[in-house]
Amino acid sequence: MTKRSARQALINAPYMLWAGIFIVVPLFIVMYYAFTDSTGAFSFANILALADYAEVFRVSIIFSVIATIITLLIGYPFAYCLTKLPVRAQRMQMMLVMLPMWMNLLIRTYSWMNILEKNGLINTVLSGLGLPTANMIGTPGAVILGMVYNYLPYMILPIYTTMAKIDPSLSEAAEDLGCNAWQKMRRLIVPMSIPGVVSGITMVFVPSISTFYISQKLGGGKILLIGDIIERQIQVSYNYNLGASLSFVLMVLILISMAIMNRFSNGEGEMVV
Amino acid sequence: MRSVRSIFMGLVYMFLYAPIMILVFFSFNAGKSTSVFSGFSLKWYGELFSNGEAMNALGNTLLLAVTSALIATVIGTVAAVGIYNMRSKFLSSTVMSVTNIPMMNPDIVTGVSLMLLFVFVGRLVGAATSLNFVTLLIAHVTFNIPYVILNVLPKLRQTDSRLSEAAQDLGCTPVQAFFKVVLPSIAPGIFAALLMAFTLSLDDFVISYYTNGADFQTLPLMIYSMTKKTVRPDMYALSTLIFVTILILLIVSNILQEKSDKKNRKGIN
Repeated sequence: MTKRSARQALINAPYMLWAGIFIVVPLFIVMYYAFTDSTGAFSFANILALADYAEVFRVSIIFSVIATIITLLIGYPFAYCLTKLPVRAQRMQMMLVMLPMWMNLLIRTYSWMNILEKNGLINTVLSGLGLPTANMIGTPGAVILGMVYNYLPYMILPIYTTMAKIDPSLSEAAEDLGCNAWQKMRRLIVPMSIPGVVSGITMVFVPSISTFYISQKLGGGKILLIGDIIERQIQVSYNYNLGASLSFVLMVLILISMAIMNRFSNGEGEMVV
Repeated sequence: MRSVRSIFMGLVYMFLYAPIMILVFFSFNAGKSTSVFSGFSLKWYGELFSNGEAMNALGNTLLLAVTSALIATVIGTVAAVGIYNMRSKFLSSTVMSVTNIPMMNPDIVTGVSLMLLFVFVGRLVGAATSLNFVTLLIAHVTFNIPYVILNVLPKLRQTDSRLSEAAQDLGCTPVQAFFKVVLPSIAPGIFAALLMAFTLSLDDFVISYYTNGADFQTLPLMIYSMTKKTVRPDMYALSTLIFVTILILLIVSNILQEKSDKKNRKGIN
């Protein structure tokens, strides 16, 4: 018995140590930096300074919520259409959906910039047709488009996974019992795919609200999100304390929204990937 | 109904692939621009291979991805075995909650929190710079381990625990039983984990951006500093090559999968 528990301890030790030092401690360090000033003395200054960024937080939340809703509106029917295909085609097409995710996010976003910018592809086509051109970079639409584009696969993937798991005999039973297509959708498919939807929403919302690259490129420096402010404080101003307090608030914000999401799915909000 | 579905799906694919098409197209541009096409040429592919900075960054990226994936897979697999064997429900759920933190937290928070840890320790010991290859490697291992645990743990749960007991009845020590019976049955999960960790590390920009030192440049970091100015088509050429490589790998793995499925079906009949 002692030999067993000694072995067990030996097995558990490396990861527990690693997780303790590199996952748990850093969170406390963030709190430490958030509540001290540059000399290391206790201070509320960084937390109070957050009031200046209320507008940034508001914009970030609105943008990421809109982006999440749009990805859901595209991703949900798309996942549903996928399940209607023959199994072989489903596998092939899932591959097609995931393929863009393996390309570097920076370069794909830059490519969108080439499409949307002043002398970009869309404007070249528009002026070629004799139509008025528009500079789309720097508009909220461009930033939201970047979010939707980059994170759409994260919405499709978990929803498709839960939908594909729905037993076909359930659907047949629903038909036998007289459900029409709409009733089947509302009473069977939608309720059974909720865990996938919850997981998809989290997987799109979290990277959207914390992005700084998409807003930097497609926002043209005019649109600032929380991520941009954190990035500037840490990498440009070297104000680690303010950067930490912003990160801390972002983390709390996400924890709260996740808690709300998990209530919707009755505690089934596990990652489904 | 069917044609409506096809049109909708076609539009979504067009949206997903539009920037990739543009990127592939402009990688063959004769000119220097990534938005004005001035003729077909392969010159950027040549430029790419003579671009020392890019080749160096590519080598660094692969080195980092391979080492961090291997370390994370070893630590993560051992951790999964440990969690699987934990008797205390409280302990195992605590460990799993901690494991979820890097997956739930946005990358920027993970990156900043690790960076602050390194800076904090660096200041304590009075080091001139606190960020280098080691800190970058630690960061990558840290964000990879949870995905390894998540891949291996379900495989352990699927493995019949009586197999290991039978091996021990037949004279294996618990350690032998693990290596001869348990490990082979969870091998597919470990392999999937390794692959996932490798690709996550390969593609990571945000966490690397905060935790790397000035002397070690990876491809995503290089691309980032380039996109601050202008990107030359050789980066598009590189992305095209990466795209084609992944496409081929996916097609091959798909064919292999289909073959093994066929074999299994035959086996059942």
